[in-house]
Amino acid sequence: MFWVKTRRVIRSGFINFWRNGWVSLITVLIMTITLFIMGSLIFAKAVLDSTLSQIQDKVDVSVYFKNTAEESDIIALKTKIEKFNEVKNMEYISREKALENFKERHKDNALILQSLEELGTNPLGAVLNIKARQTSQYESIAKFLDDYSNSSNNSSSIIDKVNYYQNKVVIEKLSKIIDSTNRLGVSVSILFFFLSFIVTFNTIRLAIYSAREEIGIMRLVGASNRFISGPFVIEGVMYGTIASIIAIILFYPFSLWLGPMTESFLGGINLYTYYLKNFFQVFFVLFVTGIALGVFSSMIAVRRYLKV
Amino acid sequence: MIYFEKVSKIYSNSLVALQDINFAIEPREFVSLVGQSGAGKTTLLKLLIAEERPSSGQVFFESQDVHLIPREKLPHLRRKIGVVFQDFKLLPNKTAYENIAFAMEAAGKTDEDIQENVPQVLELVNLTDKNWHFPHELSGGEMQRVAIARALVNKPDVIIADEPTGNLDPLNSWEIIQILKKINELGTTVLMSTHNKGIIDSLSKRVITLEKGRITRDDKEGRYIL
Repeated sequence: MFWVKTRRVIRSGFINFWRNGWVSLITVLIMTITLFIMGSLIFAKAVLDSTLSQIQDKVDVSVYFKNTAEESDIIALKTKIEKFNEVKNMEYISREKALENFKERHKDNALILQSLEELGTNPLGAVLNIKARQTSQYESIAKFLDDYSNSSNNSSSIIDKVNYYQNKVVIEKLSKIIDSTNRLGVSVSILFFFLSFIVTFNTIRLAIYSAREEIGIMRLVGASNRFISGPFVIEGVMYGTIASIIAIILFYPFSLWLGPMTESFLGGINLYTYYLKNFFQVFFVLFVTGIALGVFSSMIAVRRYLKV
Repeated sequence: MIYFEKVSKIYSNSLVALQDINFAIEPREFVSLVGQSGAGKTTLLKLLIAEERPSSGQVFFESQDVHLIPREKLPHLRRKIGVVFQDFKLLPNKTAYENIAFAMEAAGKTDEDIQENVPQVLELVNLTDKNWHFPHELSGGEMQRVAIARALVNKPDVIIADEPTGNLDPLNSWEIIQILKKINELGTTVLMSTHNKGIIDSLSKRVITLEKGRITRDDKEGRYIL
């Protein structure tokens, strides 16, 4: 009995979908737009995140040590800083390495190389590049370094300067921008999703509104509520399935076209590579959202007309 | 079998649809309900299938008060009462065959039963050649015959017909009445509302006359008197 009815409900859902061709087409179209917007938000977030993290990666604090500083003292400081939670990674550039880098950088400038040779000794100090997990954490690291160089037992401090204070304004500004960009992204996403959700919900409601008399007739002929609403729910599932398939296919040319731009302009990931790599995850999200939206809207809409 | 006890339906002070209705219908009876438009015929029939609730009084069907049936159990009542409407109320995107099969599917009948019974009732109403037509491809008389077939297919105890000939020409009306008579002779109770004088006079069956929401006559072999 249950299976017979389930089979009938599914069959009649398919038949209704086919016979109400235009209504089904429009509803699928609207739902496709909704899911496309949702997918765009997912992709936009991925691009934004990678761009932001790349910018974040470029920020660091450099500690310049005095020429006279002993390497063992520097290493001691390094191991101390390494224990901090905030520190993501550190790069230690010894005096010799710094000189090499310097020569490499200015290998075309004969004047500089010549004057360096005339100097005889290595004028460069060792450098420690510190990267924090978050831009907001540089403040505390810088403060620690400050305290360290000012503390009494290091009266002949090994630290020459910490470039945080020169870059402070930039770092703080950047951290603010990243913060608000993230927050803006989230609110815009929610807003867009909400709007497209409402549009789809209303489209399905209108489709069912046009069938309200039929729903009443079915009640009067002795059909149970579940038997009546079943086919509409099946139609909702079909809207979601078809729309999610169309949406994910639409993203193929879209990402192929935008991919190189996201890579070169925003310096982040290539959208097309991201699309291929996360194809199934994104499709799954769209698929589940589409079906949930279709089923939910159908159930809510049918319920209004089942009161005969 | 059907029993109305002191039933009133009052929409507001100025709009009294039914007042103090008392009558009983025995099995296998053919009862016509006559009265002018607005006399309360349709309201009375709606009370019987629990489409509307009475303001006071009780409506019994097979010794069960239909207004005490919970909403989710109503389909069971409606499968025992076949209803034919003036405006046919066919499902527009289902064929004649599917419209009839729908009533059986909803009642949970097996596929074998459906394949056997639907052609039978289509034959009874003379529509075997139109079973794959959609309602908009049928004439009024044909649509009403489909509606009767649908009302009949679950072998109900009662057929309720609310002005079944209201939208039809005399010839089609006559055919519909013949079908209803045949159904009644096969053992089904028929309760029909109408204001077609010719039909009532030719039937010579029981007639209940409604006027302004009250029963004014109830004759065993009645005529249309207003």
